[in-house]
Amino acid sequence: MLLINCPWCGERPEPEFVHGGQAHVARPTDPSATDAQQWAEFLYLRDNTRGVYAERWRHSHGCGRFFNALRDTTTDHFIATYKAGEPRPAPEAAR
Amino acid sequence: MQRSFSAWSLLRRGLGGQRGWSAQWRSPEPQPSYDALIVGGGGHGLGAAYYLAREHGIRRVAVLEKGWIGGGNTGRNTTIIRSNYLFDESAALYDHALQMWSGLSQELNYNVMFSPRGVLMLAHTVHDVQVFRRHVFANRANGVQNEWLSPQQAQAFCPVLKITDIRYPVLGGALQRGGGTARHDAVAWGYARAADALGVDIIENCEVTGILRADSGAVAGVQTTRGAIRAPKVGVSAAGHSSVIMDMAGVRVPLSSYPLQALVSEPVKPIFPCVVMSNSIHAYISQSDKGELVIGAGTDAYNSYTQRGGPHITAHALEAICELFPMFRRLRMLRCWGGIVDVTPDRSPILGKTPVPGLYLNCGWGTGGFKATPGSAHLFAWTIAHDAPHPVNAPFTLERFRDGNLIDEAAAAAVAH
Repeated sequence: MLLINCPWCGERPEPEFVHGGQAHVARPTDPSATDAQQWAEFLYLRDNTRGVYAERWRHSHGCGRFFNALRDTTTDHFIATYKAGEPRPAPEAAR
Repeated sequence: MQRSFSAWSLLRRGLGGQRGWSAQWRSPEPQPSYDALIVGGGGHGLGAAYYLAREHGIRRVAVLEKGWIGGGNTGRNTTIIRSNYLFDESAALYDHALQMWSGLSQELNYNVMFSPRGVLMLAHTVHDVQVFRRHVFANRANGVQNEWLSPQQAQAFCPVLKITDIRYPVLGGALQRGGGTARHDAVAWGYARAADALGVDIIENCEVTGILRADSGAVAGVQTTRGAIRAPKVGVSAAGHSSVIMDMAGVRVPLSSYPLQALVSEPVKPIFPCVVMSNSIHAYISQSDKGELVIGAGTDAYNSYTQRGGPHITAHALEAICELFPMFRRLRMLRCWGGIVDVTPDRSPILGKTPVPGLYLNCGWGTGGFKATPGSAHLFAWTIAHDAPHPVNAPFTLERFRDGNLIDEAAAAAVAH
């Protein structure tokens, strides 16, 4: 079980959280201007990184807020968690 | 290299302390080039190499495995085989595999211990009942065996099942009598032995680190930890690591890799006659021929390549098992483990060509790839040999996500993901 550091509430056990998929995926500002390939990429294509991965979590049984995390998918070690809207930290700086 | 056995040879070696057995397949050094390469030495990859050699006469084939064959998801699954999927495309795909399972031991001259003991999927809510009955009708329309059982009939089929006085009483079940289990290691070993006998090189401890491309952009081979190996056709059958391999070719695929856990109990005498799955409360269970109860849990919530998951996931599965089968509450669990499953957005596999000429992809089997092993391998070999998909796997393209032709078993499949 992961121990996840919510930027608002601190460290809590994983069952308090819901995983929200890849972080920093922006919805196209004008969806009707996208072609089929671009729209499919937005809907379905996500990074499946083996290594440091930026992802969203929601503290659904706590403050209820979304935040982002950097996690190494080869060890499940969290490198950093940070609030939504903040830029992705450099992995080295966050250690 | 001994490839066939008589009762006399088994007896003689048994009395001689089981010494003198020889390896069942070679351990060759990689050649500089082949006619085709398969990346990934699980059941799907070994089988594809076998069918390339057996059915398509392409014998200069190598299977490249970064660890040992059958050490990934082939050796980590709960060995359940069934074909009662909802949609026409899926029913055709999985039933193609189910038809092949029944003759596989004879085909390979290797006992894969296929046991069609029946797969019973339980309904606990009115919604379950409606969905499963729809499945039964859809399956029958597709010629796939599946039948509806009342709670009492379900209990008669699996006498240790508790149907009342539980949190989610059993309201019925869908039974596929021709489904069951097989010995997963034997599937990998049987295909390896049979492929090797046809001249396929099985190369273990050989990790692919790059995809070589010709000036035209077509595939020219792979770079590995044991050197470059050239081939005009490369089939990627790398399960949870498919994204990693495809990234080397610059092809993004809609996959997410999650840990999926399973566990086995201490061995007990035969008590469990079939396979029981429960979608709603998430448990699936069968008994191996060694006597262990084999129990499957759900996937973890997050992407990972660690081959382990959280204990709360397995605890949840065991709570459901203890509710449905109270007599198992005092059983001890012997071990648990995880595999990395590659899940697509619609929970159907991707089996076909890629934008890179000569590069073929067989992935996205998610939480249920073992059941498809012979069919998947057979169709993948066909696709590689003909440079075109077989009619059965033609709908399972990479492009279906762009074109909106999803085969959406995500909502329809029999297990919660």
